[in-house]
Amino acid sequence: MAMLHTVNKSPFERNSLNSCLTKSKEGSSILLIEDAVVGALKGTKVADDLTAAIANKNVYVLGSDLNTRGFTEADILDGIKTVDYAGFVDLVAEHSNVQSWL
Amino acid sequence: MSESIKKFMFVNTKAPYGTVYALESLEVVLISAAFDQDVSLVFCDDGVFQISNNQNTEASGMKNFSNAYKALGDYDINKLYVEKESLEERGLTLDNIMDLTYEDEDWAEKPSIKLVTRAELADLMDEQDVVISS
Repeated sequence: MAMLHTVNKSPFERNSLNSCLTKSKEGSSILLIEDAVVGALKGTKVADDLTAAIANKNVYVLGSDLNTRGFTEADILDGIKTVDYAGFVDLVAEHSNVQSWL
Repeated sequence: MSESIKKFMFVNTKAPYGTVYALESLEVVLISAAFDQDVSLVFCDDGVFQISNNQNTEASGMKNFSNAYKALGDYDINKLYVEKESLEERGLTLDNIMDLTYEDEDWAEKPSIKLVTRAELADLMDEQDVVISS
């Protein structure tokens, strides 16, 4: 089973999203939570990196953290799926392991 | 008294909610308003997210403190500088930013938000007596 990666820091402030994208395997899943959700927005300077990741990895964003910061599904890159807390739990249960990029 | 008025600038660089910096800075700003100083705020880097429109904390259960920024105008804090390049790097425009206003001496409603470039911001910071970053 594939690994689930969580990222919780803004890619504009830390390098953890880049570390995650470059060290995660094809077929693995990446979930953006807390301040990392702003990395999922359209038209940012990390959009190209995330778009490339979507081609061979599953990328998710935690919807409640996105709404908290003033954004909705309409504002994020095509191909990134929104999950709620129950979906977060499902992802953890479905994957063999979780790696938290802090 | 007028001699003791200093120019205070609060520079907000962090996204809200993930860390406590944004809320703490706002609290200090509101305290400073009580001392009749010349206060201005900057929102640059991830700080621009602090004043993004439509913040909805219902699902996350966090305290939504974004409405408090709307009160700044009532405390005569009406110089809110937003860095243009920071918006652009994040795929944002002024449409994503709250419409914060104040009333001037004739009770006319005026915008508090001022879009500035990185170079203009450097000049503004240079003019200050005190700069507090978070």
